[in-house]
This record gives sequence, C-alpha cells and structure tokens, in this order.
Amino acid sequence: MSTATVSSTDQGFSLLRLWRNKESRSVIIQIITVAVLFAFFAFLISNAATNLERIGKNYNFAFLWEASNYDISQTMIAYTSQSSNFQAMIVGILNTLMVAIFGIITATLLGFFMGVVRLSNNFVANRMVYCVIEFIRNVPVLLHIVLIYGIVVNVLPHPKAAMNLADTFFLSNRGLYFPAPEFGDAFIFVTISFVAGIIGAFLFARHAHKVQDDTGKALPVFWASLGFIIGLPVVVYFISGMPLEWIPATQGKFNLKGGMPLKPEFLALWLALSVYTACFIAEIVRAGIVAIDYGQTEAAHALGISSGRSTQLVIIPQALRVIIPPLTSQYLNLTKNSSLAIAVGYMDIMGTIGGVSLNQTGREMECMTIVLVLYLAMSLMISAFMNWYNSRIKLVER
Amino acid sequence: MNEQAATKDISDEIAVQINGMHKWYGDFHVLKDINLTVNAGERLVICGPSGSGKSTLIRCINRLEEHQQGDIIVDGIELTDDLKHIDAVRREVGMCFQHFNLFPHLSVLENCTLAPIWVRKTPKKEAEETAMEFLEKVKIPDQANKFPGQLSGGQQQRVAIARSLCMKPRIMLFDEPTSALDPEMISEVLDVMIDLAETGMTMLCVTHEMGFARKVAHRVIFMDQGEIIEQNEPEEFFHNPQSDRTKLFLSQILDH
Repeated sequence: MSTATVSSTDQGFSLLRLWRNKESRSVIIQIITVAVLFAFFAFLISNAATNLERIGKNYNFAFLWEASNYDISQTMIAYTSQSSNFQAMIVGILNTLMVAIFGIITATLLGFFMGVVRLSNNFVANRMVYCVIEFIRNVPVLLHIVLIYGIVVNVLPHPKAAMNLADTFFLSNRGLYFPAPEFGDAFIFVTISFVAGIIGAFLFARHAHKVQDDTGKALPVFWASLGFIIGLPVVVYFISGMPLEWIPATQGKFNLKGGMPLKPEFLALWLALSVYTACFIAEIVRAGIVAIDYGQTEAAHALGISSGRSTQLVIIPQALRVIIPPLTSQYLNLTKNSSLAIAVGYMDIMGTIGGVSLNQTGREMECMTIVLVLYLAMSLMISAFMNWYNSRIKLVER
Repeated sequence: MNEQAATKDISDEIAVQINGMHKWYGDFHVLKDINLTVNAGERLVICGPSGSGKSTLIRCINRLEEHQQGDIIVDGIELTDDLKHIDAVRREVGMCFQHFNLFPHLSVLENCTLAPIWVRKTPKKEAEETAMEFLEKVKIPDQANKFPGQLSGGQQQRVAIARSLCMKPRIMLFDEPTSALDPEMISEVLDVMIDLAETGMTMLCVTHEMGFARKVAHRVIFMDQGEIIEQNEPEEFFHNPQSDRTKLFLSQILDH
C-alpha cells in the first residue's frame, strides 16, 4: 500500500498510524458504530425488561387468541365481538390495505391529471389547479379528514331524506350506498370471458408489436384491447341472459337497508388522503416533465414525430425515471398517514390492535410491536416494488 | 473540390425559398426581411456574430420557430399553421443540434430507428438495416447497442447525424454542430459532414468552422443583427469582403 511505503520510516505499530490510513480508518469507524448501536439496543431491551418486571407484566402474545369483546362497523371478513383479537387485527389490516390501495389509485390518477393541467397553456385551468394545490397541500391532512367527515355527517341529509340518484345510489350522513351485485349462476361465463379478454388483449398487443416490426404498420392496440377486455364480457353478458342483478339499497324509516355502503369514516379518510397526496404527486409529475430538456422535444419534432407521439415515446419514459423515487415516498406517506383513521374512528390497524385491543388488554408493548412490524412490512413491500420498477426504467450511463 | 465541380451538382430545382420573412421575439425584431433561395444540392454556410439570428433562421425552416411575416417554402410546401404541412416538411428536413439532443433512454440503434418506424412506418428489420448502414457511414457501427451517455461528444454528434439521415431527408440543417465539442473531436464530425457533402445533399450549416466553409460551401452567408449583410462564394467572401461589418467579423475569427 502506497501510504504504508510513504510512512515506512515511522516504524512500529501505532494507533495514530492506523487512524491515518484510509482503509483501516473506515474499518475502525464501522466497528465503533456497530458497538455503539449494539450497546444502545441492549440498554433499551434490558430497560424495558426490568420495567415490565417491576410492574409485574410479561411479554407474550397469548391475548391474541382471546375474545376481543368489541364490535367493528366495517369489516371485510366475518367478525363479531366474540372473535379473537387476532381476527380484529386481520380486520384492521384489511381496512388499512383497502384505504391505502384505493387512496394510492385515486391519488395517482388525480395527481397525474393535475400535474399535466399545471403544464397546459390554458391559463384559467392552470391557475385554478395551482390554487387548489397550494391550498390543499398547505393544510394538515388531519384537518382534511375531520373536515370531510364533518361534511358527510353534519351537512348531508338524514337517511330518510337521502340524496337519491335514480333509486340506485343514495348519499346520506350514513355514507354513500351503491347497489349490491347479485350474481346469477351463468355469471361464471362473464368472468371467464373477462379473463379471456385480458389474455386476448395481451396476445393482440404482442401480435401488433410483431406486425409493426415486420411491416411497419401500427395496429390500433388501445381500441382492440378495449374491445377485448370490455366488449367481449359485455357481449357474453347479454348472450348468457344478463346473469347479474344490481340490488340497490332501500330507504327504511331510520336507515338504509341492503346495498353496498361506503361508510362516512371510509369516505372521509379515502377522499382526504387522495386529494392531499394527489397535490404532492401533481407537483412531482410537473417537476418530472419540466426536468426533461426542451431539446428532446425539439429533436423529436425535427424528426417529424408528432407532439402526442413524442410525449409518449420520448418525454414520458424519461420523466418517469425522475418521478418514480419521490412518488414512492408519497405512496409510503399515504399508507402511514392512513393511521390518522383513528381521528374519525375508522377501524384500521391503529384502531383495532393498536387501539381498542391495546386498551382492553393492557398489552401495550406487544400491540405496539405488532403495529410497528405491520406498517414496516407494508412500507417495505411498496418500496421493494417501486425500486424494482425504477431499476427497470433507469438510464444507462457511462 | 474545385469550383466547376462544386457548382455542377447544384440543380435548378429550388429546395428552400424564403421571401420577405420577419420574426419577432416579443418586441425584439430577430429576423428582418430575409430573402433567400437555396437550390437542391446547394451547400450554404451561415456565419455571423452571436445573437445575429442565424440559428433562428435555420430553425424557422423546419418550423421549430414560427415566423410572423413573409413566406417560407420548403421542398414545394409552404410553412403555415397547418400541422400536416409542418409534419410533411419535417419528414424531409433533417437537423443536427449544438447539444446533439440524442434520446438518452434509447440505445444508439433505437435512436436511429425511432422516427423511421413511427413516422415512415418502416418495418423494424428494414429500419435497423438502414440504421446500421448510416452508422457505418459515420464510422461507429460498433457502438450501435450502447447508450448515448456512454459515448464521447464527437461520437454522439455523429450518431445524431446518422439519426437524421435514417429519415432519408432531402435537406440537412446543422445548428453549430461542433460548438459544444472538444477541439480534438471537431474534425471527426467535420469529416462526416464533408462525406455527406460529397453525396450531393442540400445542406445549410450554421458554423464558425471557416476551413469547412472554404472546403465544401457553395455560398457563405454573413448575418448581423437579424439581417443578411453579405453573401458570396467562399473564396470571394474570405478574400474580398464587401461590408465593414463582415471585415470586422472575419478579422475577429481568423486573426488569432
């Protein structure tokens, strides 16, 4: 090593010399860091253990199998107050996932739309979206949740006087009621044709790609896919005698009966998280597109490529690589912000295992560990997926 | 190339005709009453101090910039707001930029085949064969599967030239193609441009490479403050400039 030969006059082992060497210094720093971290966690664990012992508690998860003794208004699986805390936790996970997935989808669509409008030359649309974004993203999301919840519960009419769209959709202070689907036996054919349609669209896209490679003709992939995925099931639906019925809710004296409800708690959380996150996504999308040098557009135009095609073939692929990493952060934010559900009583992970179960069993260490692990697992999965996607589209540099 | 041989390959066909063209950027009058006729096969070098409007002039020819007054007729098609006309002109006019503007997310080969495939509807295989042909002409066929970020500036500019040629244009525009290059890379790009000149391509080059102008240009145009001040054959232009502004400009770029 060159540094060793330079200082070879300085014979003998000394710490100072090790510290001056670039490689051994980095090793020393790493050893010290690991030791400090280890000591820190050892302290935390032993501290928790002694304190738990002092108040006469142990660390075990047996409570998970005991009856939860509380009800949950919105559940996706069978659940009663006699179900276990573990089942309550599963309900919580599913509710969190539902609001996170719905939220991510609507936030992405809305965000991309607003981001593109912000770049349009239409002055009115541009300024309007600008004002909306600046207002929404500068108000805490908790306020949005409470505000929307307040509007749904206090401003919307009582179920008896629910806003009624063609006796099919009902909007009241009990939430938004969709008709519930009732599937006939023949509906299986529609499902099969839908799956077949997706496969057909996929095969057609591949075929179109090949035709373009061979003959240069660009087939209408978008419209053909639409035909396959939507047209085919619709045709099968009518041929098989319309085996699907939509049963709307009926207005009872005090409440709406039947139908498929979106409860006020879910509506508030979903809408608030969507619009709030969409505003950040809009700015990310705008930044991503603006970051692409205008020379790229000019070069595409100079080659005779039309505006739409140059956006599709040149701008979007490059903008995505700028957009994806911050977009991932927004998805993580939305997922974790969904724990604000507790403000309106939407029973997510924080409301069930991190809320009522914790209060009733007094198992705060165990419950918080579970909550931590669950959110961590969800976030890491989102990160892993987005990193995989990002590595697929990133640029090759020198 | 001697003068007789040079003038021989100019046809009577008119490639670009500009009549009384004006352009403003807001209040700033960038181009003032430009009148210019370029015949097919003719090679023009446009020079002048920076800010004289020479880049803007050639960018008007493929409508990267809009003119506000006068006519521009390229290959028989008049440039108006009609998008169809604009696309038709852009298909026939190739352009190389100062900063190359290659598409960084596509390989060298894909850069060259993108427009032929999507605009000319050429089968992929055929487009790739054509692309390889032109990459050979610019002497970098071995880089075909690399990405632009992996190439030197000179190589990138040669790919940009090949990319334009893949559309088989009838007219080539060069907007200071060597200004962003290190000195040792300038000649490799100029060599490619000289090869291209020998194929009889109609070329309009904005450049400060006076050696190149002497060697291949039929006509040198000098612009200053948005006007065409002087135009002449290269020998006459360099040895016998007429206006004081041309003399001053030439003394600035040649005497050092």
